[in-house]
Amino acid sequence: MSAETVTAAAAEPPAFGAAGPAARHYEILPKTPPAGDAGSGLLEVSMGPHHPSTHGVFRMDVVLDGERVVKLKPVFGYLHRNHEKIAEGTTYLSSMPYTDRLDYFCSLTNNWAYALAVEKLAGLEVPERAEFIRVITAELTRLQNHVCLIGFLLQDMGALGTPLMYAFREREKILDLFESLTGARMMCNYMRFGGCRVDLPEGWLEAAKTVVEEYPRFLDEFERFLGGNEILLARTQGVGALPKELAVNAGVTGPMLRASGVNYDIRKVDLYGIYDRFDFKVPLGERGDVFDRYMIRVLEMRESLKILSRALADIPSGPIIDPKAKLRGFRPKPGEAYGRIEAPKGELGFYLISDGSPNPYRYRVRPPSFINLTILEDMCLNHLVADVVIILGSVDIVLGEVDR
Amino acid sequence: MIALDRIKTQLEATVPGARLEIVPNDSPSGQRSLLVDCAHAAAVAERLRDDPDLRLDYASNVTGVDWPEAELSEKVKIKRVVEGVESEVEEIRKTLRPGCLEAVYHLYSMEKKHGPVILRMRTENRTDKARLPSLTAVWRACEFQEREIYDLYGILFDGHPDLRRILMWDGFQDHPMRKDYVEPDDYEYEPTPHDEVLERAKGHHSREAAT
Repeated sequence: MSAETVTAAAAEPPAFGAAGPAARHYEILPKTPPAGDAGSGLLEVSMGPHHPSTHGVFRMDVVLDGERVVKLKPVFGYLHRNHEKIAEGTTYLSSMPYTDRLDYFCSLTNNWAYALAVEKLAGLEVPERAEFIRVITAELTRLQNHVCLIGFLLQDMGALGTPLMYAFREREKILDLFESLTGARMMCNYMRFGGCRVDLPEGWLEAAKTVVEEYPRFLDEFERFLGGNEILLARTQGVGALPKELAVNAGVTGPMLRASGVNYDIRKVDLYGIYDRFDFKVPLGERGDVFDRYMIRVLEMRESLKILSRALADIPSGPIIDPKAKLRGFRPKPGEAYGRIEAPKGELGFYLISDGSPNPYRYRVRPPSFINLTILEDMCLNHLVADVVIILGSVDIVLGEVDR
Repeated sequence: MIALDRIKTQLEATVPGARLEIVPNDSPSGQRSLLVDCAHAAAVAERLRDDPDLRLDYASNVTGVDWPEAELSEKVKIKRVVEGVESEVEEIRKTLRPGCLEAVYHLYSMEKKHGPVILRMRTENRTDKARLPSLTAVWRACEFQEREIYDLYGILFDGHPDLRRILMWDGFQDHPMRKDYVEPDDYEYEPTPHDEVLERAKGHHSREAAT
């Protein structure tokens, strides 16, 4: 950003309530070079919103010099439904099914983050069995999110179909578990404030154990096919590198941050739920390029499997919801709370302000993939258009969450 | 949890002139916050980021809150002497809370692994002085989130490098997260025009005829 744009914006404030600074951040280039001028050689391309590699309705305004990216501005909001406003108009519990639709791959972690924030706000305890169920479902969610992401990433690289179908086959098994537990494959709506909605059905733990035991075999096979693949290495190594300092300053979280070598996993830092009882490592990358981001996810899946096998063996019996938790007439005391968890995509936080009424006064979602997009331009500069697709794929965005 | 009172005294010593205030929080979460005046916000933020003990290098959640003008009533017990006998009388005292828009920053430290320290800034009013200094220069993480606050709440961030709408489309007129936002009347999109809709439509037609 040049200093000129800053001062210009400060000197001429837009009228209040007007559409805002209408001038775009970069000068719009003429579509055809004016006569008598060879032209700057720069080309403005609007990638998306209906581009297959944008993982939904997402657009990038790209300025190209040949095939090289000179400028890139992400544009989104196509899926915006003002989730936060809707939540302020309903009771606390009514927003729970709505959180499923944020990151529709990981409804269970969304549920958990929201439940955690409300539990902080109202001071609710969670029974031990419910904590175990939460860890198990969250780690299963992480497995299926990461494996799908790798499938999509390879799809973006041109490996059409096959790797994604391998990933979907495994995801299917996990979704079957979710279905038998919650009644829904993706829109689970499972957590409640102070516990979970229903107890595990008979035979669920055994079924989950089978999935967890068989998963490493699939992962080994997947890695054998991909780990040393020459095309994958050539396309990903050294592409879209994100330096450590920038990643921290830009609030990047999740596997993307750890790929840049920052040891920050909220499961370890906050020790929410019962994560202090599990022994797992936080894999870290070195260069923060697309390859590191891919590899971090593979390694994180292996750590999740460790947590899962431990949790599935240790789960105690008991109640699944705090008996003091009120489903009807739930009115937390006035105050505010911010609760966050390590969702598969990064830090998912909920910020709530209560004024003592049944509805939250302020309800805010801190979506990880929205904030991870802040440095998309920095990662893409001086790369080819084809690399932009891969870099975006490695950020792991879901537009339901970005746009809210 | 870091002691907020200590941070406050430290900041008052290192950033001269900064007016800081601790905002209480009665909820069990106990997350109190630090209200900063706009003039010293950037200096305070930089100090929080660079202080070797705090190192709050990560702005996690940045968001806006709307506080419209409201009449607050609280019960106050007053001792009164009536005919020589002292008695306690409950009285409702009403105070007018001026309206403002608020920006809230949840800060953590990735280096020291602590947090949150919550920073708040308030605008002078909700209409013509809805301005705050941007902290994007301190934490890049604020860039999109401040744009979102501008979009949904209408706070203008001075010094923001690229203050445009982000979720609503360019040319949208209002700020939908404000408490007094009224949805536009889209009677034309009603699938089946019935009594109520037809009644509303009349209003539109008369307005069109008048112009």
